[in-house]
Amino acid sequence: MALESGGSGRVAEALRRAWPLIALCAIVIAIAFAASFAPAVVQRRTTQGLINLVAVVALYTFVGNSGILSFGNVAFMAVGAYVSALLTMKPGAKSIFLPDLPAIIAAAEWPTVAGTLAGGIVAALVALLVGWPLMRLTGVSASIATFAILVVAYVVFGNWTSVTGGQNSLMGLPAYVDLWTALAWAVAAMAIAFIYQETRSALLLRASREDETAAQAAGINVVAHRLIAFVISAFLSGIAGVLLGHFLGIVRVENFYLDLTFLIVAMLIIGGRGSLTGAVAGAVVIAMLTEALRQIEIGFQVGHATIAAPAGVGDVILALIMLLIILFRPAGIAGGREITWPFRR
Amino acid sequence: MERLVQILVDAVSVGSLYALTALGIGLIFGVMRLINFAHGELITIAAYTLLALFGLPLPVMLFGAAAVAILLALVTERVAFRPLRNADPTTLLISSFAVSFFLQKLLILVVGSRLKGLDFLPVLGRQIELAGIRLQLLQIVTILVSIVLLAALTWFLRATRLGLHMRAAAEDFRMARVLGVRANRVIAVAFALSGILAAAVSCLVVVQTGVVQPRMGLQLVIIAFVGTVIGGLGSLSGAAFGGFLVGAASILLQALLPPDLRAFREAFVFIAVALILLLRPQGLIPAAGLKERV
Repeated sequence: MALESGGSGRVAEALRRAWPLIALCAIVIAIAFAASFAPAVVQRRTTQGLINLVAVVALYTFVGNSGILSFGNVAFMAVGAYVSALLTMKPGAKSIFLPDLPAIIAAAEWPTVAGTLAGGIVAALVALLVGWPLMRLTGVSASIATFAILVVAYVVFGNWTSVTGGQNSLMGLPAYVDLWTALAWAVAAMAIAFIYQETRSALLLRASREDETAAQAAGINVVAHRLIAFVISAFLSGIAGVLLGHFLGIVRVENFYLDLTFLIVAMLIIGGRGSLTGAVAGAVVIAMLTEALRQIEIGFQVGHATIAAPAGVGDVILALIMLLIILFRPAGIAGGREITWPFRR
Repeated sequence: MERLVQILVDAVSVGSLYALTALGIGLIFGVMRLINFAHGELITIAAYTLLALFGLPLPVMLFGAAAVAILLALVTERVAFRPLRNADPTTLLISSFAVSFFLQKLLILVVGSRLKGLDFLPVLGRQIELAGIRLQLLQIVTILVSIVLLAALTWFLRATRLGLHMRAAAEDFRMARVLGVRANRVIAVAFALSGILAAAVSCLVVVQTGVVQPRMGLQLVIIAFVGTVIGGLGSLSGAAFGGFLVGAASILLQALLPPDLRAFREAFVFIAVALILLLRPQGLIPAAGLKERV
């Protein structure tokens, strides 16, 4: 084959290696473009779906590489959302809702991109701090510890009234996140997750996922590599939280607790927690399924009667699908594999 | 002086409630390496059973709640956990997470998510005077029930054949099977016991709070999980001790913290937990043979 010789061979090799990322980005971009011609309602749902995609990819970055299920990533989403909200809201709005803010934060009115990055970075720093003791735990103990992170974040944000507004919602965030902002961050998140999983650190971490004792015996510093994955994952989760906050224009502590955790975890498990393809597949498939279920809950017009499923049936079905997947196809839809190069070598 | 004793009794009673919850989780972890999120739903559904049977004689209500919790524990084991018996602990964890949310969402679908008042055993809300100190009857009952259940469980594990089998299975499941321990029976008994513990916790919590709601079990279980982890996963005494410690600590913090920091008490408890884990990643009373040596 001509591709095998010289420079073009290297290009083809690089293309083959990056193929999962290219293919996934192409699919997601295609969906977004299709949605941009649709009515505004569909555009908003797609935007929401892309934000969920960022959150699932963030969760995957830790879970997929370390093998430890994390229930704590929604806490980092909350960190990102609150940080960006405080930095980008108009000082006037802040003085109404949060009169007791420190002067520097009260006066801040950062550009949105700076706020987004700040949200991600603060989330990553928090992850570094809490991950340092917790990443020493193994397996299910670590998972439970991440659940504790979620509870602590919920308690702190729900009661730190002078900074977060406590149980009241924080309103008046610049609602700048549209389809294209969400798409850009979705592509960026997938790229970061993919580039990270190709690094040496991620490969060593995957070795520990398969057999922690053997990995340690081979001299791998499992705790350190786990912490790296945790921090990157928290950064991306923070971004997802920022996007969600500025998409809704409102931050409520209730929105960053068990229901969102359940949704994001269910998406990753159903798609397949072992590969980026699985994470993206889970987010896309569940988004479409949720849309279909929403239609069923609204109801269909049959003759003169409207047949509608009771509200909440969608959640039950989602939990049931998650259970069936874990029982009958534990590696999820993608089965732990990435999309492969479709052409012959 | 009186205030101090009241706080201590409160801490011990809430601590024993969490110890019972953590024990139910620890029993299952011992024989299956499963962290059972659905334990929370056993508690919740036992509480809704009390609500459904309200008005009937007390023994019927208690028996009904226990029966429903045991039945549900056995059904979840058969449907969601037995097929995964050879899977890794994370897969089991995900399965129990899915079961927990399935039951919770189903409950919300059927009865709604609003909390419902349930005036169960109001007589226990009375104050009694013990050695000149006024205490709530419920706290004394909670402590007594916990002691009785702990003693009964210890007797069962130490003095009966099935208990011996269960301890053997917790130590080394495969070896126990080779020596003739019947896996299905031991696991089923462990789930039934966890159902009884869940029903007991449920009754006590309902008396205390006077309400039932679909999330009540999960809230208890999350705290109890943390207890089992700091106690040392896989060790029953560790689970009970860890659960007790976390529950008691949250009450003591509630009493001792300045008022504007009280709302953060769970955060303080969990930070303390993180510090304990920093020093002892295997927990306070580690189980033997759980960690492979490098």
